[in-house]
Amino acid sequence: MEISYRTQEKPPYQNAIDRILGWGRKYSIFMYPFVTACCGMEYMSVASGHYDIDRFGAGLPRFSPRQADVLMVVGTINFKNSVVLRMIWDQMCEPKWCISFGACASIGGPYNNYAVVQGIDRIVPVHIYIPGCPPRPEAVLDGLMKLQDMIQNQKHDLFWKRRVK
Amino acid sequence: MTPEDIITRLNERFPEAGLDCRVDKGHAVAVVPVDQLKETLKVLKDDEAFSFDLFMDITAVDWLKREPRFDVVYHLYSTAHNHRLRIKVMVGGNQPVPSASGLWIVADPMEREIWDMYGIKFSGHPNLSRLLLYEEFKGHPLRKDYPYDKRQPLIEETWPSKDVQVRVDDRDIHRP
Repeated sequence: MEISYRTQEKPPYQNAIDRILGWGRKYSIFMYPFVTACCGMEYMSVASGHYDIDRFGAGLPRFSPRQADVLMVVGTINFKNSVVLRMIWDQMCEPKWCISFGACASIGGPYNNYAVVQGIDRIVPVHIYIPGCPPRPEAVLDGLMKLQDMIQNQKHDLFWKRRVK
Repeated sequence: MTPEDIITRLNERFPEAGLDCRVDKGHAVAVVPVDQLKETLKVLKDDEAFSFDLFMDITAVDWLKREPRFDVVYHLYSTAHNHRLRIKVMVGGNQPVPSASGLWIVADPMEREIWDMYGIKFSGHPNLSRLLLYEEFKGHPLRKDYPYDKRQPLIEETWPSKDVQVRVDDRDIHRP
């Protein structure tokens, strides 16, 4: 499967746009925490004062997918819940990214059974995997900084992109 | 009452029922035939000496090669007398068990869970549908003959994700 974004013409100032928009977007991440399991405790620990995810510009969780940039899947996703997760991902506006938080969301964790999805990358595209059961807050911050690097170095468009299959 | 007293009184109340009662590791256990279960449970709830007013749990065991195949296990507790009783019922694969939801209302979701996981039917249950799994699920996953690696996803899975390449203007971006 190949998803291709094609713009009409590359303007000469594209590199500057990439850098400026990337810089702006990486420091104003609005996260949607899709918290389903015990990793949510670690997420709260990261989000609150001691580790303070707001230092990285991601301190404002939005509980509506239409206002969010980053979908953060925190915890075990089972088949019954996978429909909800996919719907939330489809409702988010571009540009959007996805973080898989913890072992359960990444590969199913210890649960290899009839109910649990073996990794949310079977349902939504994932950009950053954070390992751990649950991950330390430092690991979460490391994953967030890697996502910021990715946002900084990827291509951005001033205008809305047309998706070409 | 002590477990021994419970068993003595059970045998007095149901002399012809064919109960197999014993004390197992300090707990009173009674193995009840399926056709006697409804009357037994009613007496256990209403009798003053028993008064098992708290329906703690109901589980099932799949023995697969035994005949009849399943054990349905009831755990009862009396808040008035602080005593417990475990009741086992042996049922086959398609044999219905009389529902206890008319006596204890909490038995309603618990029996739905047993139906969901083991496929044991409960006759007289008001709404015997799946509790935890989704309606599209085929089979009953805690049966021993359910394939351990069988998956029934609700939406189409894209796997492996390395097949998904995101390209902008023929340039690879944010590969997962």
